[in-house]
Amino acid sequence: MKVLMLGWEFPPFISGGLGTACYGLTRGLTQRGVEVLFVLPRVRDPQRRSHVRILSAAQTPIPHRREAAERALPRMRRLHIRTVNALLRPYMDDLEYARTLVEIEKRLPPADDAAATVLDISGEYGRNLMAEVTRYSLAVEQIALAETFDIIHAHDWMTVPAAIRAQAVTGKPFVFHVHAVEFDRSGENINPDVYAIEKLGMESAARVIAVSYYTRNRILSRYGIAPDKVTVAHNAVSRQHAEEVYHLERKKTGKTVLFLGRITFQKGPDYFVEAAARVLKKMPDVTFVMAGTGDMLTRMITRVAQLRIGRQFHFTGFLHGADVERMYAQSDLYVMPSVSEPFGISPLEAMLYDVPVIVSKHSGVSEVLTHALKVDFWDVQEIANKILAALNYPALTREMMRNARRELRALHWEAVADRIIALYQSLLG
Amino acid sequence: MPSICCYFQVHQPFRLRHYTYFDIGARHDYEDEAKNRDILRKVAAKCYLPANRLLLDLLRRHEGRFRVSFSISGVALDQFERYHPETLESFRQLAETGHVEFLNETYHHSLAFLYSRREFLDQVKLHRARIRQLFGQNATAFRNTELIYNNDVARVAEELGYRVILAEGADRILGWRSPNFLYQPAGCVKIKLLLKNYRLSDDIAFRFSNRDWPEYPLTADKFARWIHQINASGEVINLFMDYETFGEHQWEDTGIFEFLRVLPSALMQHPDFRFETPSQVARQYSPMAQLDVPRFVSWADVERDLTAWIGNDMQNDAIRSLYALEKDARRRANAALLPVWRSLQTSDHFYYMCTKWFADGDVHKYFNPYASPYDAYVNYMNILTDFARRLRPSGGGPHDSA
Repeated sequence: MKVLMLGWEFPPFISGGLGTACYGLTRGLTQRGVEVLFVLPRVRDPQRRSHVRILSAAQTPIPHRREAAERALPRMRRLHIRTVNALLRPYMDDLEYARTLVEIEKRLPPADDAAATVLDISGEYGRNLMAEVTRYSLAVEQIALAETFDIIHAHDWMTVPAAIRAQAVTGKPFVFHVHAVEFDRSGENINPDVYAIEKLGMESAARVIAVSYYTRNRILSRYGIAPDKVTVAHNAVSRQHAEEVYHLERKKTGKTVLFLGRITFQKGPDYFVEAAARVLKKMPDVTFVMAGTGDMLTRMITRVAQLRIGRQFHFTGFLHGADVERMYAQSDLYVMPSVSEPFGISPLEAMLYDVPVIVSKHSGVSEVLTHALKVDFWDVQEIANKILAALNYPALTREMMRNARRELRALHWEAVADRIIALYQSLLG
Repeated sequence: MPSICCYFQVHQPFRLRHYTYFDIGARHDYEDEAKNRDILRKVAAKCYLPANRLLLDLLRRHEGRFRVSFSISGVALDQFERYHPETLESFRQLAETGHVEFLNETYHHSLAFLYSRREFLDQVKLHRARIRQLFGQNATAFRNTELIYNNDVARVAEELGYRVILAEGADRILGWRSPNFLYQPAGCVKIKLLLKNYRLSDDIAFRFSNRDWPEYPLTADKFARWIHQINASGEVINLFMDYETFGEHQWEDTGIFEFLRVLPSALMQHPDFRFETPSQVARQYSPMAQLDVPRFVSWADVERDLTAWIGNDMQNDAIRSLYALEKDARRRANAALLPVWRSLQTSDHFYYMCTKWFADGDVHKYFNPYASPYDAYVNYMNILTDFARRLRPSGGGPHDSA
């Protein structure tokens, strides 16, 4: 069986939740013998060996000459390929898109004409996300015509136009895998275009996969999709790099409580800040860390200052690879107070580092986690209560982690893959 | 002439209110009065009142040929008195028939035997006095909380003057032997041991309404047939179960009350069988053999051990922290706080913290007012921290860091 898979994130290309899930899922599928052709806007590291064949949409016209083409690309073109592709993450609005564009440019290897590059790129490339989505879908259409496969598997709304095109030109069934819906990202203040694309995807797809019952309920109630069309496949966790970091030591002076994620409405960073202030009234030596970036960052910094807790509250900015791991390993407690979390893989990662977790009840991950503390995100007092309990009663976290380790072992991607393969087979007859 | 010995356990814990870390030092009311009152009234309406009415009718109708026994925890009695005196009155009416025996146990339905002999003795004395005051009986039969039993429990009960003690007829302690005889606890000379026939008891208590059970539906005639088959191979069939089986665990629409109504007649259709209470049985028969039970057994879960209450770190931490306060709780200056310390001993508080969900999860969840065992522990420890500070106003609590 061969799957044409459409996504926007894939490690090490990015490190968001969607990329992690795509990585785990494709690993599970390929280990079960399924061939996966993953179409990414661009592959940052074409040398890296992977278990899937990754095609870069940016080089569609000449895929067989990919590496040569990459090397041959003029500096300018190379840069804008990267930027375009790095930008197309599912959680960005147009404003952030422009800002991140500049951010990423700064991180790229120094070019002789770096300053000029930034300007050129913003001028030359699509002004907004929708233009990129269309560009991607056109590239996928070409790939679909050139390749052979049995099924189309698309992740989240930005791949929907591409999946529909691929389906139109090949007649292969299309499975829409929903990791988040617009209501998760924006609350009630949704982008109607995105909503329309999501709804179109759900309606055109032969089957819809939701990452949780939480998300499935939304697909049914907000998008009016028939219940028997929507299957739940919870995410799992890869422990491939977990063992490497187990030995990292936690600092012994004072306790550290971590928030790690995008600092956006959806993740509930404001509830974390308010809870921190309450905790610090009882335990002044606790350190709170907010790792990540997003459109609520300045508001959070301002609020921390207003609460006069800045000395115990740190912002790290966006963390990469090893820094993320170090951050987990140095924390005593991980808090995910999300307002709306379709799944939320990060608590599972924290647990791999032996960090106990407090998770929002409004999350998909709470459906698969028994050995975690659960809270209503709006109940700041209760979040603080649970943080204090976790920091003060060692038997609590000891017992949670003892059981969580067993629970984590059962959450593996092969099991998810089996579920999804069964779904493929039901579509292929 | 085999005897049928029915013992029903009646217990309702005082559930704790939601008590956060921020309540420590700020408020000292621990009970969720509204919830306790609501649950008690609900269970009274579904179980205690209709079941007592039915039993009263049966006891009168059978004129002494039908008998039952109860053990009612002190905390359940306290709640009847406080929230539903009508229930207490209906138990008094049962006592007045003269065909009902009341057992003794620890007043607070506690695990005190495991942690403080002195406290255990105090609580048994309290319960003894309460039963005498309410029902006019000097109890001669004893059961420890959750049928927790070993040789030591039997020895202490014997020293207290009890003639008979009840325990779970677990395979682990019986081996090839039958629960349908009296035994003598190892190390004892007078006290006798009655063992629950868990298969027959659980047919009613757990399986009665289970449609996947091959024997469903269970009729009184069918059940009587099973009991009658024991005829020559046993002297006493001990049917021990929670009283809440009738109407609360098995709802009225399962037909459980109808089953109970016709069961005595069905059983007594065979002339060799009669109903007796634990003390009557003890007077009548001699022990078949000595039974050595060095390790604790209980009637909980498939393990029949103590792990439902003290099986994990949280439970052990909580209960040890609690009993470590005994000396302070007994200081004269803290006389008003001693009952509070005792109320925190009720075994249910620790049961709610049980994490072995995978085998017995359903039962635990059903009886658990908390969303998770972790929540139960957090709540309990917050309360205990506050309580410890009240006992030692100058010192700190067991986990105080502020």
